[in-house]
Amino acid sequence: MSVTDAPPLAPAPAEEPPAPRKASARKRLVPYWLLLPGILWLIVFFALPMVYQASTSVQTGSLEKGFEVTWHFWTYWDALTEYSPQFVRSLLYAGTATLLCLLLGYPLAYMIAFKAGRWRSLVLVLVIAPFFTSFLIRTLAWKTILADGGPVVDVLNTLHVLDITSLLGWTEGDRVLATPMAVVCGLTYNFLPFMILPLYTSLERIDGRLHEAAGDLYATPATTFRKVTFPLSMPGVVSGTLLTFIPASGDYVNAELLGSTDTKMVGSVIQSQFLRVLDYPTAAALSFILMAIVLAMVTVYIRKSGTEDLV
Amino acid sequence: MSVLRWIRRNLVVIAGLLTLAYMILPNIVVMVFSFNNPKGRFNYAWQEFSLDAWKDPCGVADLCGSLSLSLQIAAWATAGATVLGTMIAFALVRYRFRARGAINSLIFLPMAMPEVVMAASLLTLFLNMGAELGFWTVLIAHIMFCLSFVVTAVKARVMSMDPRLEEAARDLYAGPVQAFVRVTLPIAAPGIAAGALLAFALSFDDFIITNFNAGSTVTFPMFVWGSAQRGTPVQINVIGTAMFAVAVLMVLGGQLVASRRKKSAQPQ
Repeated sequence: MSVTDAPPLAPAPAEEPPAPRKASARKRLVPYWLLLPGILWLIVFFALPMVYQASTSVQTGSLEKGFEVTWHFWTYWDALTEYSPQFVRSLLYAGTATLLCLLLGYPLAYMIAFKAGRWRSLVLVLVIAPFFTSFLIRTLAWKTILADGGPVVDVLNTLHVLDITSLLGWTEGDRVLATPMAVVCGLTYNFLPFMILPLYTSLERIDGRLHEAAGDLYATPATTFRKVTFPLSMPGVVSGTLLTFIPASGDYVNAELLGSTDTKMVGSVIQSQFLRVLDYPTAAALSFILMAIVLAMVTVYIRKSGTEDLV
Repeated sequence: MSVLRWIRRNLVVIAGLLTLAYMILPNIVVMVFSFNNPKGRFNYAWQEFSLDAWKDPCGVADLCGSLSLSLQIAAWATAGATVLGTMIAFALVRYRFRARGAINSLIFLPMAMPEVVMAASLLTLFLNMGAELGFWTVLIAHIMFCLSFVVTAVKARVMSMDPRLEEAARDLYAGPVQAFVRVTLPIAAPGIAAGALLAFALSFDDFIITNFNAGSTVTFPMFVWGSAQRGTPVQINVIGTAMFAVAVLMVLGGQLVASRRKKSAQPQ
């Protein structure tokens, strides 16, 4: 196997180190010793669990009598049909949150990269700092912010925004809490930094003179953005959307804390099947279906966007 | 008209600042409500100003125990993931070896997997092995998911390093260990530090994987989760605010030191 065989998802480093001229057997083993402990850890605690989960998903039985592998693939069908609303909801909420993150995050990343000047590091700190207050506490704070009769809900009510959103089914009456809108709001909030940081990294690399050049060639600011800035920031857009969508699709914290039983996402179902109902085969099957959907979407997305250097 | 034009010209900055406000707002709420004196069990509605919680941050049963457990787990997970991840990063950048593609995928996949999937599959492993859920299973899980992030952070730094520096050190009669410790490691240090910081933050704040694999062990995020059902003590806001303040001060302090150093490094 040649070292130029770049893996599909991660690029080989630009320059391969030159092969040592007289590599002794001991020296040739060095990389393997360096890799061994970490890779072993990933094999035993990441890859092997997937195998166990696959086997669990085709078992039948009960907690008292024990579970046995019976190749009962119907578990998958049953899980998919019974919990399809939660699957659809998860993908819908995660997709909406990702889109919102992009729309909200792009101006901020752009501002930090090009407009912040000497405030740049302070704004960056403010983007990262919320990480250090446990995200569960911050998510609970949204309960206060979106509380019934609170200032946010009052303003939205006065502006008749809630009339429109309830018509669309995003909110109910004059409540925001315990509705899809609250869950999407929480998801968007929680994963925004994961969108902003890669966007910022790719925007920061853009040479400011390109903007000037586009302006000299009579491009309006809008055209400059559409033809120069945005295409050049595509790597950031792709990795930002992935870093937002993947965790959001499996999240159950926002749905549980800010939503109601009508906003449950598939993560909640997996969690309760595993930890409360103790129906391990169904839980494992659900988890596998979620993994398959996410991996398939990620693969197609990476192919389509043509950006392969993400790692 | 000039106001409209000003708004149009600064549209990006205005939108950016609004997003920033959206991101900071919950932190401000957490901070303000750490001075609340709530009626009832939940700290969601403002009642009156009080310093009680700040005077007695450990006044709630199990709260500080869970915090110290989280700090311990985060410290050990950071140490483990940083050592293992740095070794992998060096191997990936500096050496040729077989199965590079498979190894790269194995490192990438944990980052491309919804957390709940990893959490559930790890639990099936532990259940099948009959492992007792607790401190060790949580630590194992945290090292596992932090590892890939450390590899990515360190790899980026090592890739931008000039291997000739190490060769120069060897030419000047430094032994392989000496060259590594005196030359390579100091240059790679910022990448390793960034990886370690990321690992600490990820481990300390992790909820989903911990929720599945902790058994009856309660980390700080688990405590907050439980309190969301039973009643939220003001003290969790105090601890959240204190952590936020410490983190901001540390980052700003670090930047101050860095800019001082930069200034003193410049020729007078």
